[in-house]
Amino acid sequence: MSEQTITPTAPATAPAPRRALALPGFLNRSTLLRHLLLTVLAGVVLFLLTQQLDPFRNFQLATVAAYLCATAGLTLLVGMNGQLSLGHGALMAVGAYTVALTQNALADRGITGNQVLPLSLALGVLVTMAAGAVIGLAAARLRGPYLAGVTLAVAIAVPAATVTFDEVFNSEQGLSVAVEPPPLSLGLYFPNERWQAWVALCGALLTMLLLANLVRSRIGRNLRAVRDDEVAARLSGIHVARTQVLAFVVSAASAGLGGGLMALLAQSVSPGAFSLTLSLFLLMAVVIGGLGSLSGAVWGAILLVALPDLTHDTTTWVSLSPAVAQRLEGNLPLAVFGLTLIVVMIAAPGGVQGLLRRIGAGARRRAPAR
Amino acid sequence: MKALTRRGLSLATAAVLLTAVAACSEDANTPPAEVPGVTAGEIVIGSHMPLTGPAAAGYSEIAPASKAYFDYVNANGGVHGRKITYKFMDDGYNPANTQTVVRKLVLEDKVFAILNGLGTPTHTGVLDFLKTNRVPDLFVASGSRSWNQPDKYPGTFGFNTDYTVEGKILATHIKATHAGKKVCFMGQDDDFGRDSLVGVEQVLGAGAVVAKEKYVTSNQNVAPQIGALKAAGCEVVVLATVPGFTALSMGTAARLGFKPAWVVSNVGSDYLTLSKVLGAGKVLLEGMVGISNLPSPVDMSDPWTAAFKKIHDQYNGSAPFNGNTVYGMSVAYLFVQSLQAAGKDLTREGLLAAIEKGGFKGPGLAPFRYSKDNHAGYGGGKLTKVTAGNQEFFGPVYETDSAAGPVNEYKEERPAPTANTIPAAA
Repeated sequence: MSEQTITPTAPATAPAPRRALALPGFLNRSTLLRHLLLTVLAGVVLFLLTQQLDPFRNFQLATVAAYLCATAGLTLLVGMNGQLSLGHGALMAVGAYTVALTQNALADRGITGNQVLPLSLALGVLVTMAAGAVIGLAAARLRGPYLAGVTLAVAIAVPAATVTFDEVFNSEQGLSVAVEPPPLSLGLYFPNERWQAWVALCGALLTMLLLANLVRSRIGRNLRAVRDDEVAARLSGIHVARTQVLAFVVSAASAGLGGGLMALLAQSVSPGAFSLTLSLFLLMAVVIGGLGSLSGAVWGAILLVALPDLTHDTTTWVSLSPAVAQRLEGNLPLAVFGLTLIVVMIAAPGGVQGLLRRIGAGARRRAPAR
Repeated sequence: MKALTRRGLSLATAAVLLTAVAACSEDANTPPAEVPGVTAGEIVIGSHMPLTGPAAAGYSEIAPASKAYFDYVNANGGVHGRKITYKFMDDGYNPANTQTVVRKLVLEDKVFAILNGLGTPTHTGVLDFLKTNRVPDLFVASGSRSWNQPDKYPGTFGFNTDYTVEGKILATHIKATHAGKKVCFMGQDDDFGRDSLVGVEQVLGAGAVVAKEKYVTSNQNVAPQIGALKAAGCEVVVLATVPGFTALSMGTAARLGFKPAWVVSNVGSDYLTLSKVLGAGKVLLEGMVGISNLPSPVDMSDPWTAAFKKIHDQYNGSAPFNGNTVYGMSVAYLFVQSLQAAGKDLTREGLLAAIEKGGFKGPGLAPFRYSKDNHAGYGGGKLTKVTAGNQEFFGPVYETDSAAGPVNEYKEERPAPTANTIPAAA
């Protein structure tokens, strides 16, 4: 149980046998039930958390949730299927722009209100899935650095497309997104950030639930088999290319949802928000978090939000000359992120999640048997 | 296994109880009480600025200059006994970062107002957020017309002369001195370029601009656009460009052997900034016509420049003194003016009402347009020309509106700064 209490948002993904001893029989038999229960539990805990947090922390929580969709999808692709993507920031952009255009088009026709959110988010996911399928088809034929090259091209091409088709995407200035305030039934002074956190957390929990089930299913085993040895997988009757395309599509869908949620949170989309840097940050985050499991994606998403904030607080806390502080302001988070990556790779190659698991295992060994 | 079920049950019970407690302490129906960011001795305000990234060159010097002026005012007793604390945060000119830093300022640091947030794409994204939280959004550092929507964004006010007004005045100059010549336009592919073109065509007529080109800041190659302007036989080129792209356009044109008369909008025509970018190529700037509304940073005979330089040397000495410094101090001066006008009992509503009453006079050559139904900033400017490496004002001060109104000369003189360069209390 120790692992679940540490990461309440992460449905179980670790090997089953350990948990099999601790859970009641009916939960042990049904993966879906177990994951559903965990999701509901995580939902309750997070709901209580949003009640206690101040608006800014709620906004950060919402941002973590939006990032989590993307990092979870990326973990599935990189960690479970062994394909590399440097273009997930661009896939998020596809989702974000779709949501922005849908929301604005609906608002233009006088259809407003929060009930259209699921529709535009679903549309964002669908369009991103289509984009992911195209990239995935190409990716399934490529290996290693060539695959990285193609996805890198996507990361660069998508921002450029917003400039080329500036009538639709309004070039580098981007679009503002028509978003309704929280439903009035919640109260006139209901903090908008708490509402945003709820919306984003719903998306993130749904993503985690679906991905966790997928990972534990036959498809999940196929994904891992292809990652570990393509020839062996093919010999066991797995269609390698199809599995790889599927992984890319699922991963793209998650990224699209993450991007769509980002668009709703920021109430604006612009190519600058989905630059190559974001793609690289996402990849770094899942590596630092731990590639082996979806729980690692949670740590990655938290790091993406917490590190820039922490470094800003540190620079204001340490009194520096204004000139130095100004120079550090935007650049320090980059340096800290890189440094964290190096340290984590040396000290804990399994990422944060791997480290926690090792600590957990050590504690269990030392503890007297009950 | 039974123990586990029991543990699960107790956990669920605890969760339900907690929910009940949380629901009882619901704060969703009570409005907040006191004025955020204001105490008896302090006013906390914030801003988002490009301190790093593509727009940092030059623009990163604005906020420190404003802060220097506030420090000076604070050292002289503050405004109505309150010291001004100015927190400006870096957004790297990335709209996504602007979202985060402005939320941090408003929700966590609880600032009273956002002052002089810089950039059209960056600031557009936070308009709705600031409106929802009823935060005064004062003197935005951009000439987009978006800031002037009092019905939609009652708390937002512009500062710069808007790009359409600029375009109309530049076009008036072209009409007078380059009559019959082929006029072309090159602008940034956003509100900046579009608004400026609207102004130019307003005066010259819709079909008068022979060729129109646009650029984006992420692509440093402007040869195709400049080549097209050359092929169209342009004799006068209006540039709605940021400094880097003014320099790029002129440099590229020189390489292509294309020598039109350059007429450049305010943000892209500061000689000190351009000559630094161009280096030895600064001879290309000879004859360039620009527009400005604030005193020249090199003209120490201007009483405002001299007064600002004195404060700059004392509180911001390590930074260079240029157009950005004068700009930052002018914004800070206007903010202190509005605080003085809002009186001792400072509230957000009171401050907005004081600004809407208008009538502020300061370093600007043309007047502010603030009123109940106009939230645009300066309404005009004066033309500048580079001769023998000197950028100097010439001609009268022009004034106009952002619509179809005529371009008029503005005759009223600015007042001189007060003895201590702090606006008098109302």
